[in-house]
Amino acid sequence: MTATHGITAPGADPANTAPRRPRGRMPGRLDLSPAAPEPDEAGRRAGKGKIGLLMTVLTVGLLVACLVSGMIGQLFIPPAQVLGALLHSVGLDWLSAPEHEFGTAALYEVRFPRIVLTVLVGAALAIAGAIMQGIFGNPLAEPGTVGVSSGAAVGASFAILYGFTFLGAYTIPAFAFVSGLITTFLVYGLSRSQGRTEVVTLVLTGVAVNAVCGALIAFIVFRAPTQAREQIVFWQMGSLNGSRWDQVMIVAPLIVGGILLSLMLARNLDLLSLGEKAARHLGVHVERLRFLAMAYVALLVSAAVAFAGIIAFVGLVVPHLIRMLIGPGHRALLPASVIGGALLLTLADLGARTLVEFADLPIGMLTSMVGGPFFFYLLRRSRRSAGGWA
Amino acid sequence: MAVSVHRAPRRPGRHEPGATVLSIRDVSVEFGEKRVLDAVDLDIRAGEVLALVGPNGAGKSTLINVITSDVDAVSGSVTLDGFPNHAWTYKELAMRRAVLLQQVDIAFPFTVEEVVDMGRAPWRGSPQARADETIIGGALHRTETEQFVERKYTSLSGGERARVALARVLAQTSSIMLLDEPTAPMDIRHQELVLGVAREYAATGCAVVIIVHNLDLAGAYADRVAMLSAGRIVADGPPAEVLTADLISRVYDYPVRILTDPDTGAPIVVPVRTHRGKTAS
Repeated sequence: MTATHGITAPGADPANTAPRRPRGRMPGRLDLSPAAPEPDEAGRRAGKGKIGLLMTVLTVGLLVACLVSGMIGQLFIPPAQVLGALLHSVGLDWLSAPEHEFGTAALYEVRFPRIVLTVLVGAALAIAGAIMQGIFGNPLAEPGTVGVSSGAAVGASFAILYGFTFLGAYTIPAFAFVSGLITTFLVYGLSRSQGRTEVVTLVLTGVAVNAVCGALIAFIVFRAPTQAREQIVFWQMGSLNGSRWDQVMIVAPLIVGGILLSLMLARNLDLLSLGEKAARHLGVHVERLRFLAMAYVALLVSAAVAFAGIIAFVGLVVPHLIRMLIGPGHRALLPASVIGGALLLTLADLGARTLVEFADLPIGMLTSMVGGPFFFYLLRRSRRSAGGWA
Repeated sequence: MAVSVHRAPRRPGRHEPGATVLSIRDVSVEFGEKRVLDAVDLDIRAGEVLALVGPNGAGKSTLINVITSDVDAVSGSVTLDGFPNHAWTYKELAMRRAVLLQQVDIAFPFTVEEVVDMGRAPWRGSPQARADETIIGGALHRTETEQFVERKYTSLSGGERARVALARVLAQTSSIMLLDEPTAPMDIRHQELVLGVAREYAATGCAVVIIVHNLDLAGAYADRVAMLSAGRIVADGPPAEVLTADLISRVYDYPVRILTDPDTGAPIVVPVRTHRGKTAS
């Protein structure tokens, strides 16, 4: 029977598996009646235009925010001089370098590494949030609220406490990654039943995981010598203060790599929103997708947490706003979240540095202060739209 | 499976009408102690609409779940195009069979057009993808959902969602289509529409399996009716042979009468309602 069907046996020579296209009508292809209209081209273009516009606005916004971050601080540096310093470093003598004697140092030693780290961390957290929401099929999933961030922080503080250095500069991110990965899978396993994640379960799982991780971190703080203690305490609040180039160098490849890998999941994440079974029926290897997505989330979050600490709600707020503007398609949502997250955190960090004079506020505190009420608003809304705690 | 990741998917061929494309042999399924399917044999043939009927809990959805490997059988085999399911990759399976589940929710507010476009996923990167636009347009047209293309799927009513979900499954253009109660949330017009689409789909040489509760629909549109009762197939044949007053009354545990549609000659199942007649008169 198989021969008449033109199906090659499994494991046969790939060269013989070239498509056999039947003559005449394709299987399953219905004749289209002449009246069948083409899908609305204008509408489709409008959708594309909206995405392009948003990406442009976000990118320009990010560049401006970075420039302003470079200008403002204890020492004000005019925009032309900030750009000048940047151009000089790549060998172009177009604009004047900072006039102030410490200007160049302030930019290169303090502000630039901090801006770059902020951009990376914001991008990582936002895309990690978008992926988690896709995998959980729930718009309330977020690395901070479900405890992945604190899980990663446990590993990182553990490495600091014992002063492990056997993986060189990568020791702290590696510990953060392992504990972040464990937490991610744990949360996922705990919060799902029958292929779905309900809001209540997700939130309660987050409460439980955050409580346990908080206790572990408290224990580590308790055991730590004074200097490490201070380091760990500031982490928990999340701060980009004192970012250094060597930290940027460690985190950058992890986050850039994580983002590029994550972008490849976009199409399958779209299909997954139909539910696991339906996604599988459309050819998605759901188990593999899930494993990869969780690994990427752990990678991104642990790299973000390793030096910046726990910065919550970025992964919640950014994808949500972007979904409201351009819809939930992950092929646009993921890249827009990358830029949007970078922009949001850059602005937040600018606020953290400048809101209170001569004080560097912990940025995690700031994002939580804004994100907490937002999270509550989303909870209320999802409760209303689902007609209960579904 | 790991070895075959980078091999190009084996594309499905064409089936002669009447050829068996999927066969179920001696399949039994147990949920805990309960035997949900008991030694089921069933052939699904190209060019044919097969209606699966039976009372609630008879095992109809479980049978579809076994076909799609979403539920494991304790014994027996399911063969698709001559090979067991596990011999195919997910993508190859998706090229061969499309499934419409009862549960058609979606986690995020995609537009109708995006949802129907998801049906083309298995063909991405293949020559068939060139026809995506036409196929999506046709699927929207067939299910009378063109007017919704811009709307959010989540904003639609139950019946409208069911039609969009059907459009997605049609857009998959696979040679087997499994529909689990597609008509449940629909009005009369759209129930007829769906069964009509199923017939046209089968006429292109594909196999359609459809679970329906409305026996009249099964009688009017199906080429074959298979009746399940307590996990067993108790009848399998042309509608006129399966939909008899005796068998239905026994299987559904309720007396029915069979009338004949004066236009088509198809059987019409009428529950006996004498008790109501008494109180009314």
